[in-house]
Amino acid sequence: MIEFKNVYFAYDEKLILKNISFKVNASEALVIMGPSGSGKSTILRLILGLECPQKGDIIIEDKNICRMKESQKQNIRKKIGMVFQDGALFDSLSIWENVGYYLLEHTNMSVEEIGQKAIKMLGFVGLDAQEIMDKLPEQLSGGMQRRVAIGRALLSTNPKVMLYDEPTTGLDPQSAENVLGLIKKLHHEISIATIVVTHQIADAVALADRFIVIVEGEVVFDGNLEELSRCNQPKVKGFLAPFRKSFFKVAQKKFIEI
Amino acid sequence: MFNNISYLRKELTIFKAINKWLKNFAYELQNMFFFSLRMLGAMFSRPFYFSETKEQLYLIGVGSLYLIVLTGIFAGQGFALAFSVELALFGAKDYLGRIMVLAIIRELGPVLTSLMIAARVAAGITAELGAMKSSNQIDAMVAFGIDPIKKLAVPRLISLIIMVPALTIICDIIALFGGYIISVFIAHVSSTMYWSSVREKLIFGNIFIGLLKPAVFSFVIAFIACYKGFTSAGGTKGVGRATTDSVVLTSITILMVNFFITRVVFALLKGYLL
Repeated sequence: MIEFKNVYFAYDEKLILKNISFKVNASEALVIMGPSGSGKSTILRLILGLECPQKGDIIIEDKNICRMKESQKQNIRKKIGMVFQDGALFDSLSIWENVGYYLLEHTNMSVEEIGQKAIKMLGFVGLDAQEIMDKLPEQLSGGMQRRVAIGRALLSTNPKVMLYDEPTTGLDPQSAENVLGLIKKLHHEISIATIVVTHQIADAVALADRFIVIVEGEVVFDGNLEELSRCNQPKVKGFLAPFRKSFFKVAQKKFIEI
Repeated sequence: MFNNISYLRKELTIFKAINKWLKNFAYELQNMFFFSLRMLGAMFSRPFYFSETKEQLYLIGVGSLYLIVLTGIFAGQGFALAFSVELALFGAKDYLGRIMVLAIIRELGPVLTSLMIAARVAAGITAELGAMKSSNQIDAMVAFGIDPIKKLAVPRLISLIIMVPALTIICDIIALFGGYIISVFIAHVSSTMYWSSVREKLIFGNIFIGLLKPAVFSFVIAFIACYKGFTSAGGTKGVGRATTDSVVLTSITILMVNFFITRVVFALLKGYLL
């Protein structure tokens, strides 16, 4: 469904991604891990077509997004739901306006109708819609904001792929588990491909069918949990070293189901 | 010999720094030019965001009104006061109205209004867009199929095109009224003499130049403020830096463009200005 073919990407002469190649299949849950600044988030931006690689191809549903015009990219983006780091909710809009943003901008549906859909979606992501729908994003906790962002992505594009950029960073353990539970629920109930970028091993183990580890812009590991726990590649070992002791405990951890 | 080598190295470093600065400047100028073209193009293509434009008209126009009224009244009074003393020395106090029109309508009205709007509005636009960019809101907009230039920049450009000339007219009228207060109550020029002197110079050329300038300045403010906002980087510190750059660059550009417009209009429309 999504394929990176020998992708190179640089910001201001600094090479961020070097020869990245991987494939994500429909309904697969892929976690991209790596230390901060290793280029993980850039991969999500490339999938959305927000950036273009200097070299290589990114194929989404048999189409190369790098060679598309902005208007053509829109058709691809309609199939992708993106949850940005910190939620990226529109801070001047209320919660229901945020959730119904796409419908407000792109459809002729009435405000009441969109409001109803937003309430339903807020309920789906485990939030009390009546309580929060007229609030501003800043009035919600970090975990609630993240769930609103997931609801917005779902209602917006009816996605085939969900992208999550550091979905639990900065959240307290309870909120982080709620968000992880919601991501798992979405992946299993709606059966869509999921790509999660994180540097937190607990998130990765809880969510992934497959792991990619990126260090200094290069893919140093691509495989499942068992292969990861046995991997002897020095860069992978270096990245996992702080988590080694808790690795298997984390792998067996149960996450709250919403 | 070693001294010479270290001197040469130092020189090379300076040349490299200058070269880098010039390259960055040219690159920035080129980007700003293409960004401005994109903004102009987006102005004439669908969708049109009427409610955002209405909101910006209110924020820029009504929000800046008190500032423009204060600027107009004190600039007009200060200018009239300074000139009435000088003109009195030559027994030419009756010409105060003419001088007020030339100074206020042609130069001070457009420049002061635009500088005030640059300080208030350009800073606001850059800070708002910069904050949206650093919190990924602009990327989220793109991800939802919305062109942020159309949605965020064009309503601000249209509002500035309408409001800067309108506020300049208000500033001109208030400054002339400020001049009138000084003329009558301090310089003791009769009310009739002041207003007839003002009317003598309210001719096509002066009014044209007085409206052309704010119209051009509105583009300058919108292009620079939006560009700086959209390209800000480096978190809150970066937004702060972009906001400062935006106000400084807008103010300097307004003063430079003001000079060139005056020069060109004088060359082309001299007959209509005297």
